[in-house]
Amino acid sequence: MRQFDAIVIGGGLVGAAIGYGLARAGLATAMIDEGDLAFRASRGNFGLVWVQSKGLGAPHYQRWTRLSAEEWPDLAKELGERTGIAVGLEQPGGLQLCLGEEELQKRQGMMEQMRREAGNFGFEYRMLDRRELAEILPGLGRAVAGASWTPYDGHANSLNLLHALHKAFVEKGGAYLPNRTVTEAKAAPHDFRLELGGETIAAPKIVLAAGLGNAKLAPLFGLSAPVWPQRGQILVTERTSRIWPLPLGSLRQTQEGTIMLGSSEEDVGFDTSQKPEIMRNIARRAVLSFPWIAELQIVRAWAALRVMPPDGLPIYDESEEFPGAFTANCHSGVTLAGAHANAFAPMVAAGALDPTMAPFSAKRFDVPAAA
Amino acid sequence: MFRPRPDAPGATIAVEVEGQTVMVPQGASAAAAVLLAGLAAIRETAISGSGRAPYCMMGVCFDCLAEIDGVPNRQSCMVPARTGMRIRRRRGARAIDPNNAPDDSPSFPIPEPRSGGA
Repeated sequence: MRQFDAIVIGGGLVGAAIGYGLARAGLATAMIDEGDLAFRASRGNFGLVWVQSKGLGAPHYQRWTRLSAEEWPDLAKELGERTGIAVGLEQPGGLQLCLGEEELQKRQGMMEQMRREAGNFGFEYRMLDRRELAEILPGLGRAVAGASWTPYDGHANSLNLLHALHKAFVEKGGAYLPNRTVTEAKAAPHDFRLELGGETIAAPKIVLAAGLGNAKLAPLFGLSAPVWPQRGQILVTERTSRIWPLPLGSLRQTQEGTIMLGSSEEDVGFDTSQKPEIMRNIARRAVLSFPWIAELQIVRAWAALRVMPPDGLPIYDESEEFPGAFTANCHSGVTLAGAHANAFAPMVAAGALDPTMAPFSAKRFDVPAAA
Repeated sequence: MFRPRPDAPGATIAVEVEGQTVMVPQGASAAAAVLLAGLAAIRETAISGSGRAPYCMMGVCFDCLAEIDGVPNRQSCMVPARTGMRIRRRRGARAIDPNNAPDDSPSFPIPEPRSGGA
């Protein structure tokens, strides 16, 4: 049996960010990862560090996302210095384009509600009309009525982020255990043992960060993580000269010049196949936004599954039955990487979640619906 | 460096690769024509400009991107060779000039945006 200070189940962006944070804090940490058959949302995401739409009606989520966006530059710098891997962070703010007046009005209403709900914490945004937009976005389509802007948004190379977190984790002494599946779990307060098909590991702390796998793992540790797979599809163009000075929500241009087109939401179970109708809608919205995109070659396309809690907000929790067990669940592994490495992991290392994390508990799903 | 397999059907299709006429069998890909032409590279990468030639021949590696009949960055291993096809070297990132793009805004209806926002 191998004894650790902490075990993280999951080697995606969420698990790797937390695992890195724990290893950096000096904990002997094991990170268990599945094989290539896992759904691996971290290898299929869009790469946004996106703040402006997070937390409508749930200002604690806006604050958590903003904290993450603020931590991101330090994390990116630190990972670059430790691993030599540039994660390509840019945070020039972001625009969400609105096609047609109706979308623009709706967006404006949403942004204003976000500002009201933010209270003293503040929420800076501005609505741009199409004339202002056309000055910074060449070849803007006539369908674009305007856009919302906040200074908080950005994007990064999410594959490099995943690579850098793994490398930094190992360099900090972390034990990366890939191709492992938990075949048996024994939980007691501050004493967790996992059978990984013939090998046993144990630790007084455990963090469930297994993405969609958390739904089944959580109850073994007195936790609840009722996440479901929400499919998203992405189209990718050939590389072009750099055109946009900032990410555009469902459109972004990578540092290498690739243009990525999203986004969609489907409830189709554990199915990562692509659907022509959805791909067509993504392409149409992109071409309505910028007619010149139609000239570009699509060189790749894929579908991946978001890790989606029932209300779309992250679930962070600690077990009352088995203290020392924690869970982290979200669909924004890139955006929240800063918070996971620099805020959540230190809480786990200290032994308890901060009281401000209480609204993220899965207990919110236990409240009976009001009559 | 490359030659057709002995059991390949006769080379009956003439394509042009960087100005050179290459004969390939029916069913061969444009990438096969590039290899038969003996070129060391058919594209220069968008970032560093280093040379690349067809590699995986099965649509995975994207190193065979070439200009085919005037259309840049096509996966030549996925495109069947046709008589008269012109295959040209792809140099760097696609240059586009959105300011001078024809403003032919499409007329199809606006699809619903991704709903939600959490």
